Amino acid sequence: MLTPESLKRIDREIAKYPPDQKQSAVMAALAIAQEERGWLSNEAIEFVAGYLGMAPIAAYEVATFYGMYDLKPVGKYKVSVCTNLPCMLTGGVDAGEYLKKKLGIGYNETTPDGLITLKESECMGACGDAPVMIVNNRRMCSWMNPEEIDKLLAELK
Amino acid sequence: MAILGAINPMLTVGLDGDRAWRLADYLTRGGYRALRRVLEGKMPQGEVINEVKKSVLRGRGGAGFPTGLKWSFMPRSFPGDKYVVCNSDEGEPGTFKDRDILRFNPHSVIEGMIIAGYAMGAGRGYNYIHGEIWEIYERFEEALDEARAAGFLGTNILGSGFDFDLFAHHGYGAYICGEETALLESIEGKKGQPRFKPPFPASFGLYGKPTTINNTETFASIPYIINLGGEAYLEAGKPNNGGTKLFSVSGHVNRPGNYEIPLGTPFATLLEMAGGMRGGRKLKGCIPGGSSAPVVPAAMMMDCTMDYDSISKAGSMLGSGAVIVMDETTCMVKALERLSYFYYEESCGQCTPCREGTNWLYKVVHRIENGKGRPDDLDLLASVTTNIMGRTICALGDAASMPVQSFIKHFRDEFAYHIENRKCLVPVDVQRAGSGFFTATV
Repeated sequence: MLTPESLKRIDREIAKYPPDQKQSAVMAALAIAQEERGWLSNEAIEFVAGYLGMAPIAAYEVATFYGMYDLKPVGKYKVSVCTNLPCMLTGGVDAGEYLKKKLGIGYNETTPDGLITLKESECMGACGDAPVMIVNNRRMCSWMNPEEIDKLLAELK
Repeated sequence: MAILGAINPMLTVGLDGDRAWRLADYLTRGGYRALRRVLEGKMPQGEVINEVKKSVLRGRGGAGFPTGLKWSFMPRSFPGDKYVVCNSDEGEPGTFKDRDILRFNPHSVIEGMIIAGYAMGAGRGYNYIHGEIWEIYERFEEALDEARAAGFLGTNILGSGFDFDLFAHHGYGAYICGEETALLESIEGKKGQPRFKPPFPASFGLYGKPTTINNTETFASIPYIINLGGEAYLEAGKPNNGGTKLFSVSGHVNRPGNYEIPLGTPFATLLEMAGGMRGGRKLKGCIPGGSSAPVVPAAMMMDCTMDYDSISKAGSMLGSGAVIVMDETTCMVKALERLSYFYYEESCGQCTPCREGTNWLYKVVHRIENGKGRPDDLDLLASVTTNIMGRTICALGDAASMPVQSFIKHFRDEFAYHIENRKCLVPVDVQRAGSGFFTATV
C-alpha cells in the first residue's frame, strides 16, 4: 500500500518510542500515508493500523480527531486559511473571501480542474504574520495580502 | 525575523542571522554552558530545582504555575522510567512565541530539557510540536541531530554517567492537545482527550510513568537561570514574577510580532514597541493573555503592567503572553462570535457541559451577530457559561466561557444595540477598513 520510502520514514518514527509503544507513531504514520496518497482512505488507515499492530478503529479514531488529516480526496493543493480572531483583525477573513472569489469556490470545495481545495482553518500559531495560510499542511505562507495571494495562485499549477 | 524588539532580553539575544539556530552559533552565545555547569560540576538534583524555585519562573504556557515547585513533585529518586515533555503545541489564538523560540533558538529548549531531565531523574523526553508549523518541526529534528552528534544527548552525557534522549512528536490540528494530559494521550497515539485528575502526570503521566510537562519558553529559560543564578533571574522581572517574557502582539498594531520584556513592563511601553495603534486609531480593548483570557477595555489596559499579578487585578490573565489588540473598528460581537466558534469547533466532546455548551454559546452569539438576537439572549449566554464552568475535566470549557462573560460585561451596550437594532454598532465598511487587507502595501 505504501512505498518502501514511506515505510522507512514510518520506521524512523517508530524508533522514537519505547519498543512496546509502537502506537505512538500513528500520528506521524498517518501523516506520511496522507503525504504519499493525497488523502486517507479507510484502506490506508487500516494499513497503517496493521503496520503498527493496533486495532483499525483506534487508528480511525485518530484520523477523524485531528483536523489536518483528509478523509476525502482533496485537490492537488490544499490551501488552509486562518480566520481566527487575531488573523481576522489583520484581514484573515477578507483573505478567505478574496480566495473564494478568485477560485470561484467556497470553503471545503475543490476547483473543477481538481487543482485547489480551499479550507477554513483554526489558529496556526503565527498570528504576527497575519493573514496566514498553509499549503498542503506543510508550507506556511505569511502576510498574504491580495498581491501575495495572486502570486501564490500563479505558482500553484 | 519576527522578534521585533526587546528590553534587557535573555532568550532573544544574538539571534540575528540565518544560522542563529545552529549548534555552532548557540555555542558561541554561551550555549550548553549551563548543562556543563550542572553535569561537570556534579550539581545535586535538589540544588538545580532550588535554583529554579529561587528564580520564581512561572510556567510560560498560560497557567503561570511555579516551575520549581512543579519539578519538586516528581519522585526523582524513584526507580524506573520517567519523562519530561515539552508542550510546543502552540495553538492558543494570539500566541506565536514558541514558534519563534524553536525557529531561532531551538538549542535553548533542548538544553533546558536535558537539565530538567537530570534534575528530575528522567531519561527520556519528547517535544510535542504544533503540526501547523511543519518547517519548525523539521528544524527541531535537525537541531536534535546536532545535539546528539555533539554528545549533549545520548548515553553518558559529558562523561557524567547521565543518559538522556529527546525526540520530536508532531501534532496534526487539535487545539485541545495543548492541555497537558490530552497531549500525553496524543503522544501515546490516541485521540487527544484530557484525562481526569488526579492522578497528576507527576505520578501517572506518559505511558503511566511519572512525567513533567512544561512549555517551550519555560524550558528555554532554564539555561539562563542556571547561568545567572535564580536570584538574578528573579530580579530581571519583579517580585513574584521572575525574569523576562516573550509577548506576542497581534491585531491592530503597526508592528505585530514578538517582544521580550521584563515582567512588570507597562502595557503602554509594549504597545509603543509594537509601533502603536494602526492608522493612529483608538484602542478599544485588549485580550492580554491569549483568546481564553477575559478581554480588558482600553482604559483599564493602559493602566496595566505586563505581569501575572497586574493583569490578574484587571480581571484577566497573563496567560501565554498573547496580546490581541483591538481598535475602534472592531465589532465586539463579531470578535466574540469568531472566538466562540473556535471553542465549539475544538471542544473534544468528552464532557457534556463543554460539548453542548460551546455549541450553545456559538449559536447564540452567531444569531446576535446576524441580526436574529432575542431580548433575553444575554441572560441565556450568562446562564450557559455558569453551567459550563467548573463542570468539566479540563479548562477548555472555562476558556470558552471567559471570553463570553467578559465581552458582555465590558461591552454590554454593543451587544444590546445589536439585539435591538439587528445590526453592528460599528458600520461594516469601517470594520473592513480596519483589517487593512485591501489597502496593505508590500
